[in-house]
Amino acid sequence: MMQSVVSSLSTTNTSNKTLRWLANTLYRKDNLFLLLLLTPPLLWFGVVYLGSLFALLWQSFYTFDSFSMLVTPDLTLENYRSLFDATNFDIILRTLDMAVSVTIATALIGFPIAYYMTRYGSPAEKGFFYVAVILPMWASYIVKAYAWTVILSQQGVLYWCIHHLGLMSALNYILQIPNIGGNTLATSNIGRVIVFTYIWLPFMILPIQAALERVPSNLLQASADLGAKPAQTFRKILFPLVFPGVVAGSIFTFSLTLGDYIIPQLVGPSGLFIGTMVYTMQGSVGNIPLAAAFTVVPIILVSIYLAMAKRAGAFDAL
Amino acid sequence: MPFKSKASNTSTASAPLWLKILAYGGLVFLHFPIAVILLNAFLSSDGTLSANASWLSHFTLHWFSVAFAREDVISAILLSLKVASMATLLAILMGVMAAAALYKRNFFGKEAITAMLILPIALPGIITGIALLSAMSMLEISPSIWSIVVSHATFCVVMIYNNVIARFRRMPHNLVEASMDLGADGFTTFRYIVLPQLATALLAGALLAFALSFDELIVTIFTAGHEITLPIWLLNQLTRPRDAPITNVVAMMVMLITALPIIAAYYLTRGTETLEGSGK
Repeated sequence: MMQSVVSSLSTTNTSNKTLRWLANTLYRKDNLFLLLLLTPPLLWFGVVYLGSLFALLWQSFYTFDSFSMLVTPDLTLENYRSLFDATNFDIILRTLDMAVSVTIATALIGFPIAYYMTRYGSPAEKGFFYVAVILPMWASYIVKAYAWTVILSQQGVLYWCIHHLGLMSALNYILQIPNIGGNTLATSNIGRVIVFTYIWLPFMILPIQAALERVPSNLLQASADLGAKPAQTFRKILFPLVFPGVVAGSIFTFSLTLGDYIIPQLVGPSGLFIGTMVYTMQGSVGNIPLAAAFTVVPIILVSIYLAMAKRAGAFDAL
Repeated sequence: MPFKSKASNTSTASAPLWLKILAYGGLVFLHFPIAVILLNAFLSSDGTLSANASWLSHFTLHWFSVAFAREDVISAILLSLKVASMATLLAILMGVMAAAALYKRNFFGKEAITAMLILPIALPGIITGIALLSAMSMLEISPSIWSIVVSHATFCVVMIYNNVIARFRRMPHNLVEASMDLGADGFTTFRYIVLPQLATALLAGALLAFALSFDELIVTIFTAGHEITLPIWLLNQLTRPRDAPITNVVAMMVMLITALPIIAAYYLTRGTETLEGSGK
């Protein structure tokens, strides 16, 4: 309908003539315009990014000769089989353990924060909480990790507090528990869980808060009118409605922990993680095929988790 | 969606005390390490608190001058600024193109394209990093500042895309039609109608992309080669405890350089749509 208007326009400004002609032609030829717009991003992502990913997957079938330390392009499933060797499988289980613990810890700490800010906060308080949650989320990852190495060290502020509160014996008792303890806080799994929990906590709070925000208040009023106690309303009405939000948050905490390789090097006991294993294999050892096979593990675990999350309705809560 | 006017959703009763304590305790937990970094940057000793002397004598600006005199600090900061600016520019180009192509029309493969744009931040960073590194070594490209820029732009596109497509969707198309009915051509319409409406979303997206790139470490370690960006410099510093005062000062500056764009982006998009800060 507007073709006639546009084409009847006499362009007086000659300097921009070609540009204008181009803009008008593109507006009229929708498909051509779409193609032109999509080509650069598609080339970038389709060729550079997906190309690299597939090249990596392909290399996971290559052979690594442990005597000559060389990679040859003979296709084999040996790398995938060796994932199930006791030492390698331990790495996977250890990482999975950590991802699950961190997810549970962030949900437990994050829920009250999200719950308080949405249900009880005044508009100003809500804004304050929101900024107070996104600021640490965006603060530099390495700086936050560094801050925790300072806090957890034996000369650090946490030990200082524990010492002055006279709780050293309690701390030592906790650190003696096998699996979660260690020599010091900084070399224990407790320390590692604290740091991971801290770093991914905002990623849990925001989806829970969004889910809480969407719960219609008349449902809660109806529940109260029908005689439910606050605890009953919470358990039977509110929590089931907000649960997809918790699952949505857990997607982030789970997959981010699974792929991390910096924090396991800085805090906690010495055992390898999937991330640190991949890093060592591609770096100092040069065993790219095994490293590539190891990267498939988080992809599969995250895919399984996403499928479960989808059934829990987490994608509608994102 | 934080600020949709659902005031009725807020309970009129006041919160139980234990809940209030848990919520504010959580905020203290979130900010405690940041406070430690800020405090440490001004401490005069070796970066840890000691019990002697009056507490005021512990504070100094001395380490700022020491840090700024260090060539490795300055070059790391400059490199990170350069990388973040270039990655953001590339991401703006790509993100706006993708958003403009995808917001209105439905066609086969659209979902797949959206998923592909999100993939770099959905997959663990180590996978993106090692994939790009092994692709580069296959093609015999040696890592440089450009390989860092390419890898950063890849995961920054989605920041621009998300912000811009949200704005595109809310922008009534009849404004464009009205402009053209009134005699403006495609270029004029884009310049005077579309662009001004996109501006704040674009700026917010760009700020987020910049902050994301500036402090990225996981992917950068793989694609940087021998280049030392600021986060890599900080990581290296962790093995040098004697340098702690300088590390503290630089850590504080990194914190500020990333925090300012985030606050700005928050105010630019406040009250418009979904929360833009989610999903780093």
